Amino acid sequence: MSTPVLFVIVGKNEPLFEAEIDTHSSIGAPGQNDLSTRQNYFVLHSALDLVEKSAFTTNSMYLRVVDKVNHQQVSTFLTAANVKFMLLHGGKGEEVVKNFFNEVYGYYVKLSMNPFYKYDTPITSKAFEARVRAAARAYLS
Amino acid sequence: MSRSSSTNILDRPLGRSGARPNSSSEGTVVSLSAFAYIYSELVQYHQGRAASISELERRLESAGYGVGLKVLEMTAYRAKETKRETRLMSILHFVSSSVWKSLFGKAADSLERSIDHTDEFMIIDYEPIASMFVSVPADLGQLSADAYVSGIIAGVLDGAGFSARVTAHSVKVEEGEYTKQGGNAMPGMPPRKDKAVFLVKFSPEVLSRDTALER
Repeated sequence: MSTPVLFVIVGKNEPLFEAEIDTHSSIGAPGQNDLSTRQNYFVLHSALDLVEKSAFTTNSMYLRVVDKVNHQQVSTFLTAANVKFMLLHGGKGEEVVKNFFNEVYGYYVKLSMNPFYKYDTPITSKAFEARVRAAARAYLS
Repeated sequence: MSRSSSTNILDRPLGRSGARPNSSSEGTVVSLSAFAYIYSELVQYHQGRAASISELERRLESAGYGVGLKVLEMTAYRAKETKRETRLMSILHFVSSSVWKSLFGKAADSLERSIDHTDEFMIIDYEPIASMFVSVPADLGQLSADAYVSGIIAGVLDGAGFSARVTAHSVKVEEGEYTKQGGNAMPGMPPRKDKAVFLVKFSPEVLSRDTALER
């Protein structure tokens, strides 16, 4: 699988965290050209409407695949406080994606316990980013 | 010389909530007196900066709001069910049982729906810990020291997507209304004369969304 996965955490108003993870390169740097990266962001953000629509129809946190564009799928996970974790990927298995989301959810809850982290603000912690990338490499490759 | 903690906060385990008797896991329990001291200092801090009673109440509520958001995430995560609450009644049950248990060690005493207004609910607690050691002077009128807890409730509801206005009221306990099971909840303390009633008023769009989901 040569396409990198794009992982975005979206709060109520703005994206809180973005990471383009290339699961096959040893460094986490974006290897793709700018155009497809921008397209990927666009696809993810346009899927937000669909997420909002189905947010209150189900009470499970994992929303499976909410959108399919070309050969890529958008999977979403909603936390208890309606923070959306979205993953743009090229057809990874359900279980794999669910495990990745659960791991990141654990990190997110621990991060939110930090009294210096204000809810719904961008996440700037490098430790969090490192752990998300490690989890992606562990679960999604 | 840098002093960094040996483990990052993202690596520390979250542990189980509250006190479980005979449990070997490290449940963090904080003493009531520690909370009472810190809370008393918090109230004094805000009182010095607030110009009016309602401003003091607002400050206490916004102090509790941030806590509510974190409590929501934490309690949901610790419950380990990958389920969120989408319905009004279920989020209210969540607040009055799970959230109360993780904050105060017991479920709220009752949850009632107001007869006059369909969008108002009341959560009743006979032993509210925030106002346990607080006596409100006459010139502060209707202020309840539990404004902090109503801020927590508002944070939980808002975070879950049910925006609501929560206010705390102190209501006198009727004769014979409250029967303590198994002795005094607080040994050595006289029984409370007032109970705390948290009035939760949901915004109209929350109610319309809930009735739409009913169908």
